[in-house]
Amino acid sequence: MGLFTGLKDSISRATDRLFSEQEPKRIGIYGPPNAGKTTLANRIARDWTGDAIGTESHIPHETRRARRKEDVEIERNGKSVTIDIVDTPGVTTKVDYEEFTDEMEKDDAIRRSREATEGVAEAMHWLREDVDGVIYVLDSAEDPITQVNTMLIGIIESRDLPVLIFANKIDLPESSVKRIEDAFPQHKTVPLSAKEGENMDEVYENIAEYFG
Amino acid sequence: MPEATKADDDRRNGVQIDLISGERMEGLASMEKIRMILDGVHDGNIVILEEGLTPDEESRLIEVTMAEISPDEFNGIEIETYPKSGTRDSSLLGRIMGNDESPKKLTVIGPANQIETLHKDETLISALVSRS
Repeated sequence: MGLFTGLKDSISRATDRLFSEQEPKRIGIYGPPNAGKTTLANRIARDWTGDAIGTESHIPHETRRARRKEDVEIERNGKSVTIDIVDTPGVTTKVDYEEFTDEMEKDDAIRRSREATEGVAEAMHWLREDVDGVIYVLDSAEDPITQVNTMLIGIIESRDLPVLIFANKIDLPESSVKRIEDAFPQHKTVPLSAKEGENMDEVYENIAEYFG
Repeated sequence: MPEATKADDDRRNGVQIDLISGERMEGLASMEKIRMILDGVHDGNIVILEEGLTPDEESRLIEVTMAEISPDEFNGIEIETYPKSGTRDSSLLGRIMGNDESPKKLTVIGPANQIETLHKDETLISALVSRS
């Protein structure tokens, strides 16, 4: 079986499963810290509901707890899907409060790191229990082949969850979407800039088609 | 006793590496494996698993690690695994063959403040381990 046949079958299986459910799909936005998950979640939420989900920041682990925007209805090209967007903390295997002490007092840094660890643990738990599909956000200016990305994609695949990879930050000069496509060719990769709103039509087309 | 003192000194001055065979892990439940790994890492050891973990166990390892992070004491783990052979299409082929949860991959796990990955490719993990 060729790669593209396999990809088509994989998408077909995923969409068949989702079509059978009437409830809004819980789509988790996962990825490493600072990939732009909250910026993307906010853009999607603002575009379709008028409200944002959370605070965006360059400081890692700004999103310490998962946040949800319910009943976001996305329509494109005659296809529509209603999703609950779950914006999750960036997944990592280590959190050191001292990384934040340049930006804040020690007590605040410790509190932030504690919340971040609880948020990552929750996000991992939900990935095993409560998520119907995954939008995996990567910073296209960074090397995508990291242990966390490889592990997370492996975990998502092992649960047979439909996953779309979004190559974010294409507005940056060092961005390389091809590097992401080469790293994970078994999944559809959609380039975008959540910050600049670049290529959002294709983003919505893919969400409506893939998860709808 | 002088021997015990020397052994204690050696342990303090060195870095202990636990090489755990696939056979040793085979009979353990997932949480027992995770406990064994994290107990070793908490002691400052580098844990090397001959046959790695399943994706579900990796997910639980991250979750339990997060629950145990504590300021000034334990700030998490570094974990490195060889990419599964044929990583690029393993999910599709794995599903077809029904073996996508194969844990046959060497995994190195250590305290985040002591282990630094210098290089990794499909056949080599090169790590720098420092004393805490």
